[in-house]
Order: sequence, then C-alpha cells, then structure tokens
Amino acid sequence: MDTVVDLDTALFEGLCRMGDSTLVLGHRVSEWCGHAPVLEEDIALANMALDLIGQTQLWLGLAGEVEGKGRDADALAFRRDVWEFRNLLLVERPNGDFGQTLMRQFLFDAWHQPMLKALEGSNDARIAEIAAKAGREVAYHLERSADLVIRLGDGTEESHKRMQTALDNLWPYTGEMLTSDETDRALAEAGIMAAPDSIRPAWESLVGEVLGEATLTAPEGAYMHKGGNQGTHSEHLGHMLATMQWLQRAYPDATW
Amino acid sequence: MYAQMVKSEATNEDPAKLAAFQARIDAGEKIEPKEWMPEGYRKTLIRQIGQHAHSEIVGQLPEGNWITRAPTLERKAILLAKVQDEAGHGLYLYCAAETLGVSRDELTEALLSGKMKYSSIFNYPTLNWADIGAVGWLVDGAAIMNQVPLQRTSFGPYSRAMIRICKEESFHQRQGYDIMMKMAKGTPEQKAMAQDALNRFWYPSLMMFGPSDKDSVHSAQSMAWKIKINTNDELRQKFVDQTVPQAEYLGLTIPDPDLRWNEEKGGYDFSEPDWSEFFEVIKGNGPCNAERMEARQKAWDDGAWFREGLMAHARKRSAAKVAAE
Repeated sequence: MDTVVDLDTALFEGLCRMGDSTLVLGHRVSEWCGHAPVLEEDIALANMALDLIGQTQLWLGLAGEVEGKGRDADALAFRRDVWEFRNLLLVERPNGDFGQTLMRQFLFDAWHQPMLKALEGSNDARIAEIAAKAGREVAYHLERSADLVIRLGDGTEESHKRMQTALDNLWPYTGEMLTSDETDRALAEAGIMAAPDSIRPAWESLVGEVLGEATLTAPEGAYMHKGGNQGTHSEHLGHMLATMQWLQRAYPDATW
Repeated sequence: MYAQMVKSEATNEDPAKLAAFQARIDAGEKIEPKEWMPEGYRKTLIRQIGQHAHSEIVGQLPEGNWITRAPTLERKAILLAKVQDEAGHGLYLYCAAETLGVSRDELTEALLSGKMKYSSIFNYPTLNWADIGAVGWLVDGAAIMNQVPLQRTSFGPYSRAMIRICKEESFHQRQGYDIMMKMAKGTPEQKAMAQDALNRFWYPSLMMFGPSDKDSVHSAQSMAWKIKINTNDELRQKFVDQTVPQAEYLGLTIPDPDLRWNEEKGGYDFSEPDWSEFFEVIKGNGPCNAERMEARQKAWDDGAWFREGLMAHARKRSAAKVAAE
C-alpha cells in the first residue's frame, strides 16, 4: 500500500536532511580549530566549517519557514533532540585522525556537489537559489578533499595505510546517502528536490576515479548502515548535541 | 603586544653603516628584506615577529574552546571567522619572519621547545561564554593599541602585515563588544557572566603591555629602530582611558577600587597588575600554559604523517615529471 506523503511535511523533512547534515559536519570540522597538522589546514578547515554553518542557516531557515510554526534556524539547530535530527550517519562519525576527517569530507563532498547541482534545477526557486550559492562553495570543498585524498593515499606507506583504514571504516556509512525513501521519492516526483539514488552514478564515478588515483581500494560487499535521515542515529550524535545545545538549553530565556 | 618583553640584540657593526641605516629610519624610509640591516635589528625583529605569530596560533585555542558551544549559528559563524583570521595573521607574520632568513618550521620548533614565547594572555582560560566577548573587547582591544602604531614600523613586510591585521582586529574588537552588550543587557545570569569575565580578564589584559620599560636600554634601541613605537606604560594608559567608559556604558564594574579620573594628567589612575603573577605565567606557571603547549605539541606530532605524506607525493610527482621529459 502506498502511503500518501504530504508534500509540506516531506519538504520540511527534506530541508532538515540537507541542513542537519551541513550542521553536524560543520560542527565536527570546527572541532579541529587550532589542532590541525599545518596552519594552512587550520585555515581551510575553519573556512569549510564556516561555509557549512552558513548553508545550515539557509536550509534550516527555509525549513522553519515551510513548517510555519515560528521556529527559526536556531530553534531547529539548538532545540531539537537526537531523534529529530535528519543528518546522514556519515557526518556524525567522530573526527578520528586527520585521515579519517579528510576521508569523511571527501565521501560527503562527492555526494554534496552533485546533489546541489541537481537541486539547482528545483522548481522551488528558494531551493534552487540556496543550492546555487552552496554549490559554489562546495566545488572548492570537493576540489580540496579529492586532491588531499589522492596525495595522501599515494604518499608514504603510513599515509596510505591511514587513508585506507579511514576508507574501510567510513565506507559502510555511504550507502544511506545514495538510497531514496518515500519522502525523497515524493519530493523528486514533484520536482522539488532530487532523489538520493539519482546521485549514485555521479558519486560512484567520482569516488572511483579519485580512489584509483589515490591507490586506495573500496571494500567490496560491505554492509551499509542506514537510518540517520529518518532519525535513528549513532551514540555519537547525542554527545555532540549535548555540547552544541548546552547554552541554549541551560538558559532558555536568554538571547545571545 | 602579542610580543612582550622582546629583548633587543646588541649590534657591533661598522659605525658608518649603522649611522646611514639610522638616517634612513629617521627619514621614515622602510627597510626591505634584501637591504643591509644591522644583525641586532634582524634578530630583534625575528624574535618580535615570531612571538607575535606564535601568539596568533596559540590564541586560536582559548577561543576555539567555545566554537562547539557557541549559542547561535550566527555566533558560531562569527567566532569561526575570527579564529580563521587569527590563523591567517599567523601565516602573514611567519611569512614576514621568513624574509629575515628563518623558516616557519624553525620558529615552530623554537615555540615547542620553549625557546620562544607567546603572549601571556593566552595562558588564561575561557570559562563562560562572555569570555569570548571579553577576549574580543579587552584582548583584541589591547592588541590594537600596540598594532596601530606598528603599521608605521620600519621593517616593510612587518608594517604591511600590520596594516592588514589591524583592519581585521578592529572588526574583532567590535564583535567582542557586541557580545558583551548582549550579555550585560541580558538576563541576570548573563550579566553575572559578563562581570565575571571582566573580573578575570582585566588585569591579564593590562599585563599584555608588559612591565614598565621607561628606563629600559633594550626598549630605547627598539624605539630608535622603530621596531617599537611607544613605551609599555603609554600604551597601557591609553588602553585604560579607552576601556573605562566602555565598561561604564555596559554597566559593568572594573575590578579596581583605586581606579579614578585624574584631571591633572587627563587620564585614569589605576592599580598595577600583580607583576609576580605575570612573571610566573611567562615562566610557564599560568593556569593554562601546560594545556596550550600540549595542544600545539600534539597538533605538530599527530600531523607529522600528514606533512610527510604530502612531501612524499610531491617527490613522486616531480620524479614522474622528470622521467616523462
């Protein structure tokens, strides 16, 4: 039996999926601040985190508007609990070593860039506009992360080993972002957002090319975790939110 | 004055050359990297610019401490942008130092071994959100006091770096004051956080200018070379005179019972910070010295494989290019 999906509800959901992924990844990247392996990386990481937080403001701002219950981007970011978050499991993975952080970024960027490109064609002008703006930023993110994955994969024995380990660890979290559920399908049919499975060919070809050049091998037949974009998360997200939301929760009457 | 107590180096060179060099400085000319300069001038500048660069880098840590807890998306973005600017300042300054013949890696190793210092202020903790406001308002405010005159410093690359840095620093200071306004005009708890931040950062901010140097021979040499433009006491006085009315506007109390306006001198009288505390912090005994150095050391050690990986890849690429030719 087909469930009837209410388009407004689906749109709110779809926007939270975009905005929560950028929020959670932006937060993870910002945890590196001042601790990167070289100064240029400190600057690049802060820059990426800044882009991702800026995109969050746009996606969640629009989500609040669509929902129409008076919640703004901050209310959505700081006052929802774990099960209400719709981010991909990949982006909530802890930073690990720099190789892990970088591989997570690349696997996400390789999805993010074609996804934004597809969203530029949305028949909702607000979505197309956000996607165009974010797309210009993400083109740089992808260029940088792909380049570093190649250089470190094909660097020293140690850097190769670290990048391969990162890939093995993160690979099982990549299936979710290329699989559509009924919310995705309803939004895609209405021409509002792109279905994740439509991104698969672009993602696979890009990732395949970069991993090849990096002399890295994707695990075959790995089990794929899922559930993040429906609100079932790993234990890690709760700890992140405890840190991120603490001030807002502790002093609910304050403005900042 | 991210550079404190920079000892200037004695110079033993041809008096005629020294006099000609001094004449250029007195005429307001800029000294450029490839031109002749006294060894003492070069060494003092390396020490001063290096210390300033290290301060920018270590200075990321107390503010970075609050990036993951910033209370709104906008505050998080502003703080990220600010910390990113600081890393950028570090980069310009290391580049300015490199023009004097010292590499960034050498300077980093000198920081990690404790041979070079960074500003004492970054050894104090950031304990509540208003501290992020206080750091912008007071710490960046104090830094600007020193850096604005340094835009006219005699060494070209340092002067040009300062011009860029000052633009960004004054923006940071305004952002810091903006946080303080929100906090001071907010709920009773927010106001208490703001007062607590001021109480803890006031004296360490005054220490940023360094102890009185009006009778110091080293300072006199640095001032003659226009590496240093004002005495520490002049800058401290200027800072207090600027900051007291701002605190009054916020409705906060400067933690100094002896603070009062002195009509005759046209400035405030104020209490000296506890200089024994300052010297302990410089020696490594401040509240966060160990954590700050540990964080920098860990970033450096953990990053070794990354840096080596990139170098190895670059070597492979250039070997492949040579083979193809």
